[in-house]
Amino acid sequence: MGFFERLKSGLSKTRDMLLGNAASLVTGRVLDESFIEEMEEHLIMADVGPKASSSIMNGIRSAVIDNKIKDSSKLKDALKSEMRKILKEGQSIICAGEKPYVILTVGVNGVGKTTTIGKLARRFTDNGFSVTLAAGDTFRAAAIEQLEIWAHRAGAQIVKHRSGADPAAVAFDAVVSAKSKGIDTVIIDTAGRLHTKTNLMEELKKIKRVIAKEVPSAPHEVLLVLDATSGQNAINQAKMFNETVGVTGIALTKLDGTAKGGIVFAINEELGIPVKLIGVGEAVEDLQDFNPQEFVDALFGE
Amino acid sequence: MFESLSERLDGILKKLKGRGLLREEDIAAALKEIRIALLEADVSFKVVKEFVEKVRVRAVGKEVIDSIKPGQQVVKIVHDELCELMGGGQSRISLAPNPPTVIMMVGLHGSGKTTTAAKIAKKFKKEGRRPLLVALDTERPAAIEQLKSLGAQIEVPVYETMPGDNPVGVFPSVIKKASLEGRDILVLDTAGRLHVDDELMVQLEHLKRETNPHEILLVADAMTGQDAVNIAKAFNDRLGLTGIVLTKMDGDARGGAALSMAFVTGKPIKFIGVGEKIDFLEPFNPDGMASRILGMGDVVSLVEKAQEAVDIKEAARLEEGLRKDRFTFEDLRGQIKQIKKMGPLENVLSMIPGMGKQLKGVTIDDGAFVGIEAIINSMTKDERENRVAITAGRKKRIADGSGRQIAEVNRLIKQHLGMKKMLKRFKGGRGFNLSQFKF
Repeated sequence: MGFFERLKSGLSKTRDMLLGNAASLVTGRVLDESFIEEMEEHLIMADVGPKASSSIMNGIRSAVIDNKIKDSSKLKDALKSEMRKILKEGQSIICAGEKPYVILTVGVNGVGKTTTIGKLARRFTDNGFSVTLAAGDTFRAAAIEQLEIWAHRAGAQIVKHRSGADPAAVAFDAVVSAKSKGIDTVIIDTAGRLHTKTNLMEELKKIKRVIAKEVPSAPHEVLLVLDATSGQNAINQAKMFNETVGVTGIALTKLDGTAKGGIVFAINEELGIPVKLIGVGEAVEDLQDFNPQEFVDALFGE
Repeated sequence: MFESLSERLDGILKKLKGRGLLREEDIAAALKEIRIALLEADVSFKVVKEFVEKVRVRAVGKEVIDSIKPGQQVVKIVHDELCELMGGGQSRISLAPNPPTVIMMVGLHGSGKTTTAAKIAKKFKKEGRRPLLVALDTERPAAIEQLKSLGAQIEVPVYETMPGDNPVGVFPSVIKKASLEGRDILVLDTAGRLHVDDELMVQLEHLKRETNPHEILLVADAMTGQDAVNIAKAFNDRLGLTGIVLTKMDGDARGGAALSMAFVTGKPIKFIGVGEKIDFLEPFNPDGMASRILGMGDVVSLVEKAQEAVDIKEAARLEEGLRKDRFTFEDLRGQIKQIKKMGPLENVLSMIPGMGKQLKGVTIDDGAFVGIEAIINSMTKDERENRVAITAGRKKRIADGSGRQIAEVNRLIKQHLGMKKMLKRFKGGRGFNLSQFKF
């Protein structure tokens, strides 16, 4: 299954929901306010959020008023193009240029940070890059063991300390080790933390400060892992993590369920942080680059 | 949020004062605000729709009571309706008449099953029972290790499986171990799975048949969005849940998922997880949750927490202190002691109405109390009971005695005065203002 197929099947439920209903709405419907309101409802059900949904539908509304959309069948294209406009262009994470290329991974508990790191490491090693993983989640029970298993699967090196150790020290050692061994990429795992825990957020700042001592331009990427199942709170998460450590990209996980991932629109609209990776399944190759056009197309089942 | 929702509704409904009954057209705008508030809290759209309809029916024809602001009146209807939907009272774990009681934890990946399993085991251990944790997540790397490590922390034995084991196949030996060791509660930690993954859902059905669980608890993330209805419905349809555990409630998610899931399954939320430490599992409180969804703070849980930490005599004193305008340094010292027992200050403060939003980004250092306590400890009894004015000379003595600066003593006196005023306002039903708290 190619990327597109996979994404499409991952999002099929979304498509069924959004489009199945949309299609049934479209047939023989007059383009009136109640129709537009129904479309807005469907966006809300995809976790796009009340704010972003209404902004998207306002664009549609004015197009209808200006007579640019004349019949309900054209509405889908208009909606797609509105939604496409909101999404930032996705960029691939390429560990070229700086060596080592340092990726710091952050996020709340249970979003899939460690799994995403494992898959990302595997992708790099498959492409011939050497990888060092930093077991920076020294808090959660067995998090280090979990990352070790992934390091083994990906053929990556791992730098770990004991459970309870200072994560900044782990990150520092990993960067030092990678530098001396000429490793291409360092991916730093961190413990899941709620964005409201000020002291834990400070800890992330420290990790960032400490690695910059060894590689001044690091981290080159601060990847926020978000669970597609989450609702409007993901905006708060993105805001707080961005304020704390400056997020450069988002990895959106668990898109293979019935979750719609519509929160991406709200985050793009409010914060402009690009989505770089999406997780559409449990297999290694199910971590894919984000392509906004394909994402929107898949959302609409095309 | 409560303040703002309530105020917004007041604004909308202002013209209704003294007009007799609430009419449908009067509350249409108010219902729109309520709808947005619920959607922002991630309550499922379909649930919102039905819910708003219910509120409409209840609100129309209600008399506009002059003494109460119409906004508050509508908010109360919404609040009551929310409580009712989420189960009214509290619901606990029921035990099997013939031990062992089997409790099965199910849910999506990363919802917090393993941590919650350990929390439940610890809770039962504290109650004098003999729980056994059973590691049936043979999928996720190191999940068994995680449960083992948690089990060691709380001194509860763990039945270990091997990665890749068939969780259904191992159960007979689990039962054997349990009966040999006299274990009366079995907490089964299962692998995370998508509710649309048919193969894995079938596996859970088999597991249910094999283990005949007394409780099947869906562990769900408080941050879950619109998908909450699909998840809860799928797990309930296939397994017949007995309850829901809502995790990660210590964040700032409004937790509308709680309403969605209770609504769609009709099953109670039994616990909430409020922190990563294994003690941080609390009984669910519909009233508090309704307040949270509406952004109103959670006074009931606050009081419960206080009761847990404080003995009854102390609690009565605390309540009295809160009720009376009299609020001495002695009271303040007593309260600091109690608050310290109630867990991290951040969690406690976030339950106070109106505090949630203001707390964002504010660092609250539990250690900041040390100085305050030292200063109060250096006061004489008369000073502590506010029977004498604290003059310059007394301030110097207090500062010297506590090893603090006079400026700090002054600040405390000022803060104490501010708190006194705030308590008065609290009694009047308004929210706290964090700016008066300078920790």
